[in-house]
Amino acid sequence: MSQIPFPVSDRAPTIEVDNVTVIYNNGHRALEEIGFSLEGGTVCALIGVNGSGKSTLFNSIMGIVRPQQGRILLNGLPARKAIKKNGVAYVPQIDQIDWRFPILVDDVVMQGRFGYMGFMRRASTNDRKSVDAALERMAIADLARRQIGELSGGQKKRVFLARALAQESRTILLDEPFTGIDVKTELTIMELLQSLRDEGYLILVSTHNIGSVPDYCNEVLMLDRRLVAAGDTAETFTQKNLAATFGGILKNVRLERDSEEPIHIVSDDERAAVFYGQVPAVRPHHQSGED
Amino acid sequence: MQTLLAEPFTYMYMNKAMLSGVLVGLLCSLLSVYLMLKGWSLIGDALSHAVVPGVAGAYALHLPYSVGAFFTGAAAAEAMLLIKKFSQLREDAIIGFVLSVFFAAGLFIISLNPTSISLTSMVYGHILNIRDEDLWQIIAITVGTLSIIALKWRDLELVFFDETHAFACGLPVNGLRILFFALLTAAVVVSMQTVGAILVISLIVTPGATAYLLSDRFGRILWIAAAIGTLTSFLGVYLSYFADGATGPFIVILQSVIFLLAFLFAPKYGHIPQWLHQRDTLREKTT
Repeated sequence: MSQIPFPVSDRAPTIEVDNVTVIYNNGHRALEEIGFSLEGGTVCALIGVNGSGKSTLFNSIMGIVRPQQGRILLNGLPARKAIKKNGVAYVPQIDQIDWRFPILVDDVVMQGRFGYMGFMRRASTNDRKSVDAALERMAIADLARRQIGELSGGQKKRVFLARALAQESRTILLDEPFTGIDVKTELTIMELLQSLRDEGYLILVSTHNIGSVPDYCNEVLMLDRRLVAAGDTAETFTQKNLAATFGGILKNVRLERDSEEPIHIVSDDERAAVFYGQVPAVRPHHQSGED
Repeated sequence: MQTLLAEPFTYMYMNKAMLSGVLVGLLCSLLSVYLMLKGWSLIGDALSHAVVPGVAGAYALHLPYSVGAFFTGAAAAEAMLLIKKFSQLREDAIIGFVLSVFFAAGLFIISLNPTSISLTSMVYGHILNIRDEDLWQIIAITVGTLSIIALKWRDLELVFFDETHAFACGLPVNGLRILFFALLTAAVVVSMQTVGAILVISLIVTPGATAYLLSDRFGRILWIAAAIGTLTSFLGVYLSYFADGATGPFIVILQSVIFLLAFLFAPKYGHIPQWLHQRDTLREKTT
């Protein structure tokens, strides 16, 4: 057996997007002149309305869609080269998966190891160890032999997070991780993302759940085919930028209070963002420790 | 008695029929598993009709019919993909449209060259009348397909399960998809000779559907489907000798019977065990 060297390089993972424009066959301009760069130790939210180019941006980062203009580098490499080195892991939206597919939980997690396996895709001891560790970390080891359709929404999400962990890529893209799951799993995922950030991972989360963004993201990208705003959550996640990103689509409620700053509640159907004056509200964290 | 049971094996044409039946049944059953998972079973149906103009055209032009069949089969698959890409139509409408256009083109070509080929043998197959060169073709395609599936079944599974992740793992997603359609077209071409363009639908739907009721694991489902496809095809040809009836329908009926049994009695997904289980849990609740 040839030993595969530990794949994760010591240098911090990076995503560099430089002046990227994507135009689809039917002439639709999905992304226009997008530029930003992210590096390890980041949880970055990607927010925008449906059709704002979030999925296109994900697909461009993974090299599935090729931009007409500009370039994208993953860990300093073009996407198609980077993915050969397990440069990026992807956690799909819950409704992209056929849950009746005849596959067991540990087989799905093992898919994270495909990039490390040989021609026949036989699992090595190393692969099994990695899968077991990922199952343990996501607390679904007891579900390993279940068919995926038998799980609850939150458990389903954990399976695919475990797959991303098993892939041992230091860059993880998550597509709408909070749809269709319970509050407990939502908090677990947020905690996981933050601890991965502390371990040096680069996490990019596309989400409609804008209210939670300040809770777990230290950076934010706001997309409306063009990049509306990008940067530190504290500076960028403002009411003004949200309004520019979502146009008139957001529900916006302003509550005046005597002697204090007014409260703004901004909502995109899921959890609302609440602003005290100009400062976004952050959910206190201590409540999440107990289940 | 023993001599009677062995009688089919004493005829060369029966041996050829049984061999080609088994190989075609095996091929189609493996592919049926993949098709069913994607809800693509009808694409196989469309392909089986789409190869008819290819075969008819190839006969008219004195080319090997498999070349023609492969050509129009690929054209039909491409047509379906293109229409899907550039229109808002749903898959069922696209498949129905492409299927009938190609089949009509085939009938038209045959009507222009009425003597060149028998429509009946294409639509209903001629398994008892397999030429040696056709048998060799079946063997070659079976060996090729089996080796590819033996090596790449996991990759194909991943592409069918989650394309994006497959891509992110560095798998050649488009290449694998084209490979699968090439295998499917080849299987349909050779099935046409044995069971014909219509009954091939059963071979590429039923074994997969049956196996799906019997296991939760993709690898096992492949084995079960292969066993069902092989066994029913063999028995279908073998029994048709005694019944003196058409072989194609025999195979299809056997497959349907096994499907029905699985549908009723499969341990986890069968209706009767599920019904018993529900009754038991109800009883437990009431007592």
